[in-house]
Amino acid sequence: MSYSISLTVNGAQRRVQLDDPRVTLLDLLRERLDLTGTKKGCDRGQCGACTVLVDGRRINSCLALAVTLDGADISTIEGLADGDTLHPVQAAFIEHDGFQCGYCTPGQIMSAVGLISEGHAGDDPERVREGMSGNLCRCAAYHGITEAVVDATRRMAETTERKSA
Amino acid sequence: MKRFDYIRPVSVDDAVAAFRPGAAYLGGGTNLLDLMKIGVIQPDTLIDLGRIAELGPIEMLPGGGARVGALVRNSDLAYDRAFAAAFPMVAEAILAGASGQLRNAATVGGNLMQKTRCAYFQDPHSACNRREPGSGCAARGGDNANLAVLGWSDACIATNPSDMCVPLAALGAVVEVQGPAGKRDIPIADFHQLPGDQPETETALQPGELVIAIRLPTEAADFARNARYLKVRERTSFAFALVSVAAALKLDGQKIIAARIALGAVAAKPWRVTAAEDLLVGQAPTEEAFARAADALLEGARASGDNGYKIELARRAVIRALQMSAAGTPKRMPALPASPFGDVAEEHSHV
Amino acid sequence: MSDPVTMPIRFGSNSGQSVTRRDGVAKVTGRATYAADNHPDGMLYAVFAPATIARGRVTHLDTAAAKAHPGVVEVFTPQNRPPVVGDPDKKPFMFAIPLELLQDDTVRYAMQPIALVIGETLEAATEGARLLNPQYAAETPRTGMDAEAAKPAPSGPFGRPAEVVHGDTAAGLAKAVETLDVTYDTPAQYHNAMEPHAIVAKWDGDRLEIDTPNQAIVLSRAFYAYYLGIPADHILIRSPYLGGGFGSKAVPYSPLVLTIAAARVLDRPLKLVLSRSQMFGPVGHRGATRQRLRIGIDDQAQMTALDHVATAIVDSFDSSFPEPAAGASQGLYAASALRSALMVVHNDIGVPGAMRAPGEASGSAALECAIDEMAEKAGIDPLEFRLKNYADIEPGTGKPYSSKALRECYAKGAQRFGWAGRPLAPRQMVDENGFLTGWGMGTALFGAPMFAAQARAVLRPDGTGLVETAAADMGQGAWTALAQIAADSLGLPLDKVEFRSGSSDLPDGGVAGGSGHTATAGGALHAAGTDAIRRLGELAAADPASPLFGTGNQGFIPRDGRLYAARDESRSEAYADIIARAGGEAIEGKGSASRPPEDAGRYAMYSHGAVFAEVKIDPVLFQMRVTRLVGAFAAGRIINPKLAESQLMGGMIWGISFALHEEARFDKRTGRIMNSDLAGYHIPVNADVRGLEVMTVHEDDPHVNPLGIKGVGEIGVTGTVGAIGNAIWHATGRRIRHFPIRIEDLLAQD
Ligand SMILES: Cc1cc2nc3c(=O)[nH]c(=O)nc-3n(C[C@H](O)[C@H](O)[C@H](O)COP(=O)(O)OP(=O)(O)OC[C@H]3O[C@@H](n4cnc5c(N)ncnc54)[C@H](O)[C@@H]3O)c2cc1C
Ligand code: SF4
Ligand code: FES
Ligand code: FES
Repeated sequence: MSYSISLTVNGAQRRVQLDDPRVTLLDLLRERLDLTGTKKGCDRGQCGACTVLVDGRRINSCLALAVTLDGADISTIEGLADGDTLHPVQAAFIEHDGFQCGYCTPGQIMSAVGLISEGHAGDDPERVREGMSGNLCRCAAYHGITEAVVDATRRMAETTERKSA
Repeated sequence: MKRFDYIRPVSVDDAVAAFRPGAAYLGGGTNLLDLMKIGVIQPDTLIDLGRIAELGPIEMLPGGGARVGALVRNSDLAYDRAFAAAFPMVAEAILAGASGQLRNAATVGGNLMQKTRCAYFQDPHSACNRREPGSGCAARGGDNANLAVLGWSDACIATNPSDMCVPLAALGAVVEVQGPAGKRDIPIADFHQLPGDQPETETALQPGELVIAIRLPTEAADFARNARYLKVRERTSFAFALVSVAAALKLDGQKIIAARIALGAVAAKPWRVTAAEDLLVGQAPTEEAFARAADALLEGARASGDNGYKIELARRAVIRALQMSAAGTPKRMPALPASPFGDVAEEHSHV
Repeated sequence: MSDPVTMPIRFGSNSGQSVTRRDGVAKVTGRATYAADNHPDGMLYAVFAPATIARGRVTHLDTAAAKAHPGVVEVFTPQNRPPVVGDPDKKPFMFAIPLELLQDDTVRYAMQPIALVIGETLEAATEGARLLNPQYAAETPRTGMDAEAAKPAPSGPFGRPAEVVHGDTAAGLAKAVETLDVTYDTPAQYHNAMEPHAIVAKWDGDRLEIDTPNQAIVLSRAFYAYYLGIPADHILIRSPYLGGGFGSKAVPYSPLVLTIAAARVLDRPLKLVLSRSQMFGPVGHRGATRQRLRIGIDDQAQMTALDHVATAIVDSFDSSFPEPAAGASQGLYAASALRSALMVVHNDIGVPGAMRAPGEASGSAALECAIDEMAEKAGIDPLEFRLKNYADIEPGTGKPYSSKALRECYAKGAQRFGWAGRPLAPRQMVDENGFLTGWGMGTALFGAPMFAAQARAVLRPDGTGLVETAAADMGQGAWTALAQIAADSLGLPLDKVEFRSGSSDLPDGGVAGGSGHTATAGGALHAAGTDAIRRLGELAAADPASPLFGTGNQGFIPRDGRLYAARDESRSEAYADIIARAGGEAIEGKGSASRPPEDAGRYAMYSHGAVFAEVKIDPVLFQMRVTRLVGAFAAGRIINPKLAESQLMGGMIWGISFALHEEARFDKRTGRIMNSDLAGYHIPVNADVRGLEVMTVHEDDPHVNPLGIKGVGEIGVTGTVGAIGNAIWHATGRRIRHFPIRIEDLLAQD
């Protein structure tokens, strides 16, 4: 049996023919769509390295079957920057050294983008820590990650204020 | 992972009609897909509930109860203002479980149905009566430090890992199910099964039945002002409970009019003993009274391995959770939901 | 005695700056390519089937079922194993371990590869491996510390002696006025870099290209060449980014070699990525230890003896890496007699190896807690006790330290933490929320080794630079810090220097391990840059048209792309101009670095540090949280403070992990690890980390190496574990003599 689904991936419409319903969103991105920015750290929802946004919400792409996502809008790390202009979260990760090896980083960043849009953590470091706890970092760049997310949250809020003013 | 057929019905009727032995219902997939990957569950058909609109809504019922569709995502429920205001400990329990990403995907029905985290259950190469009836229980005599101290049997000592189900049990939720034989209601107390000599029977669902909603009865909302969830863990977040407690009180000044308590991670189901709650009625909210309730709740507790410590830990956690609920539901969700460190965290909010 | 540094080392404006990572943009945009991101045309997927027993033989594999699965291309078992040339049971080189390449049906440990399945898709190969459903003739495995009587280790890792004795510890203990005799246990830990081991192997005739994360590319190339029977220069290893290594990615492991061999048979590129659970077996780990420490003090609280015996669990077929935990007691405290000894207990387990601060992490955990216990017995503040036993020369050997700013670390850390006024007795501090609060400290110590490396530096006709060495960036920041060093040696701003690294066709950058990579690869780069500048200077000095003509004997200062006469800065010329007139050919310099054996013998060389921890503990439930962690470290010259601090913080969080979380839990009956995933094998999450502060104390160390660099990669783990254990004691009054410390441990003593 073959399954045909359509996805919007980083703004681009894609039709995907799936010969196998077992393919997860993560493996679809990495092995079939050549979007390898999203990483696999556990394949079981335990590390957050595979975090992407589906319809604007952060999820673990390793625990989502691609076939179930027909019609979904998917954002990955590759689509976050605006050309050469980094997203504020990306810029903050560099500035606060929120990573070392960088392997967990795409997941951390997408998770942070999701967390910020959820709007429950604000710029309270403790809420950010809790909200980012689904993203393990073995290099243990947590200090910088928290600083980066807090900082990016503030900057993004300022930008929104300025725009609405 | 074994290959399977995939179908995506748009109504509950169609879903039920599509069911045949060997099929599995798919919610958010955060538990099912995981277990399929490691070869513990091998359905030949997946019936994706994801497009069934009728499973979607959260309804606040007139009079104070609520009805939550089985497909409501865990995070949507926890952050639903009206729901969280009426049932704060359910929201707190959900937010104390898993991670932000997982809660965005996980459904209420799937959470209710999630399997034990017993390491031997998760390992197809170990004996496990729950996974393979009659094969034995490798957890007995093995790595069982976080397994059951209540309601277990020689056949199985697994625990139910759900956080959400603990306050639901305390509040007497009702599970609405639909199957080939139609719809019925199952009180949550009867939903999860103790192992006995048939640990493979995990819930009261009949083959083909699916959860369509959970209902919180009117009186459950009476506890909103004094309701807490407490979860003791080995790391500050993103860890399953060693023990957890949902505790709610209805107070009239300094007197308890009604109490609800349930323990998580100690048995194959959330552990609720109404007799323990009754002991509190008419009492002042004191440590002594709470300790008596805790003892009653834990009556018959017994180590099933290297887990005797959980009995004392649970006793203490019950007392603490009751104290926390007596102190009142916090206005805002603690920064670290359900954590012993949750209420104090904000005072030191430097990075 | 002449100073070992013969040439004054110049530093330009790049070193010492907190430059952000040069690979930062690549990493935050997903463009950094890790091994598993590669996908050559025609590639197939490889998945290995792991043994699910720890000892015995495989009696049956259902290859028919696996092959019948749609998309499965081939199944390799001992019956049709892909041939290799080198003997997998031998150890061709130091650091190498015996491999399981399907040479027979023996199972030596759980998770050992017992078959390799190849599929058109990842899904097919994965299911094929599962369908093999192995049957075994299982034997009772040896598991745990009590599996057999401990025996003296034949030697320590890397051929180091298993026992080191200075003076008579028995006599020292006998004459002590107070003694301590305690035993601490540490568990088996698994590296679990976030990036699982991975390889993409592609053959072209007898030439091989592999993408694999590797901490020692050129060394590993020789290993691969040995197993595959091809010349090393037929192999190209690319490893531009490692998703963490921590010691586990320095040597080839069975699944990787097997995949390459299979790719040769199939003549198709193959990709293999270990699953998370497969990270618990064939790719190294930190062995469990049991450590007995005996300490004696005299009436001045000075140590008369420090006797540290560590028993380490090792595998049963190689045993070359007993976790050298007792070594941590050498080199730190001024005990009049010192003994450290290593014993082993054999288990049916994968070969242990170096894991971040090998030996020192587990050894320091036990030592620093024991020191705290001794201070308690002496009735002295633990910092004061450490100062009383401060070693100004290396205890035992009597060698001078190449540099040692530990006193400054103690002072700075204590000051920042607010250590003064800490009550001596435990269980004295309760915070405003009722949490038991405890303060503890530990000394951090790690050696400052150097390996050997080569590098090349080129000054291009346009005056920009190119530098090359096969270094490894596993997150420590080699892409940035090494470029900073190179830029300084070339007298160029960082953005005018291209740095090529992470590929085995470049000069050997040595091993990224032992916290010696910046010193070693950096030293080689610096020497290469200096060499290029020297050649440039020769050209200029000999060229009558150059303003620098005839200044050759005074030497030059390279700065911002211009060469200045050392004693007359009014005379200078741009690199590009010098090169243009000399015919426009790029100028090449070569350099190497290693530590002269004379220096190595003359000085004791260590990084030092002091770590102070605050824990808060629920007085009833005993859930714990480290709320503050302050570390002050002296590690020679810091090339990039931002990156160094990140590494030190990472190390300290590993300390939290060691103290409170990490542990492989074995089923004693089967020898299998029952928490071989990241839900069960806990490492800290973000919410476990707060109140972290790192300070560095500058040291000018002319002896460790010309650049004065020691290294910061591992030392953060040491000291921290003990500090946390001691803080837990201080909060609760309970000594838990094993790690990790759990709620149930504190509850049991309540
Ligand atoms: C790393 C990790 C950590 C976690 N930590 C926690 C934790 O701390 N606390 C906690 O409580 N949980 C935790 N979880 C578990 C998580 O809550 C569950 O995986 C989730 O709630 C399951 O919901 P789902 O919709 O994804 O279910 P699915 O995976 O879709 O389904 C789970 C099971 O329920 C069945 N099912 C689904 N929907 C229905 C329905 N409507 N009717 C009948 N059967 C149905 C499926 O067939 C399957 O057997 C964790 C999970 C992971 C992976
Ligand atoms: S405790 Fe239950 S789930 Fe675990 S191995 Fe035993 S039977 Fe299986
Ligand atoms: S790879 Fe998806 S959570 Fe780890
Ligand atoms: S940066 Fe290496 S795992 Fe997070």
